[in-house]
Amino acid sequence: MATNPMHQFNVYRIGPEIKLGNLDISFTNASLFMVISSLTILILFFIGTRKKSIIPTKVQLLAELSFTFISKMINDTAGSKAKPYFAFIFSLFMFVLFCNMLGMIPYSFTVTSHIIVTFILASFIFVGVTIIGFVKHGLSYLKLFVPSGVPIILLPLIVVIEIISYLSRPISLSVRLFANMMAGHTMLKVFGGFVISLGLIGGWLPLSFSVALTGLEILVAFLQAYVFAILTCIYLNDALNLHH
Amino acid sequence: MELEAAKMIGAGLAAIALAGAGVGIGIIFGNYLSGAMRNPSAAQKQFPNLLLGFALAEATGLFGLVIALIILFAF
Repeated sequence: MATNPMHQFNVYRIGPEIKLGNLDISFTNASLFMVISSLTILILFFIGTRKKSIIPTKVQLLAELSFTFISKMINDTAGSKAKPYFAFIFSLFMFVLFCNMLGMIPYSFTVTSHIIVTFILASFIFVGVTIIGFVKHGLSYLKLFVPSGVPIILLPLIVVIEIISYLSRPISLSVRLFANMMAGHTMLKVFGGFVISLGLIGGWLPLSFSVALTGLEILVAFLQAYVFAILTCIYLNDALNLHH
Repeated sequence: MELEAAKMIGAGLAAIALAGAGVGIGIIFGNYLSGAMRNPSAAQKQFPNLLLGFALAEATGLFGLVIALIILFAF
């Protein structure tokens, strides 16, 4: 009776097939949900910032809260030098958050549960941060790989480890978000399958469990967006304030 | 042993990684709680660090889960 829990991650075409050479760039359900989440963010901030009253409405409060939340986070983790990158980190956080949250609606599609989406976001950040580091500090940015206070004998080993850990940043950043989303949604569907297969008598237990899991998943959806943004800030902090 | 059976066993073994994530999350929350009990005024400021540590610890376990799913579905 239980269907495949991986079925929810299927990407299928909506509308006509568009080909660019060998590349299939047709409009899929993944692109549809990306468009929906971007539009939701735009509408939220359009309505929220339209009136700008001193006593805020609910939507305006939401917009202001998220704005100050991210601005405070950037200030705490990356310092005042990171102010110019606020727009990028804020839109990154909102996009990931809304993709995660819209994925929690039953029968919708979670964009961030696909590794290619998160990997593109993470490699964008990685390349951008590396460029910023080299532009700001020139070749002395390479000092990032040489921590101070390490004995000379250990240095060859430490430098190799630091370089590997630096290069694995986009992988760990993307796999973290992708794995959390995919594991959570698979778990929800597996428990949903238990409800059906246990029937009217035994199905109540997995049903209540999956209600609790939904709550946990909403927390994880927020937390992962937050972690994605805060790790971007930490990487940016390494590039901007070189203090090794 | 058949390939199908070996895959199942391998996937099960890879999921053991989640035990480590459980231990890590327990340590993080436990230590946060004991620290917060000793000095409640400093607790609020460390809350973002708590969430960060939680997410980092959970992710390492989920890497193991990803390996399990790769074994099951990608090969």
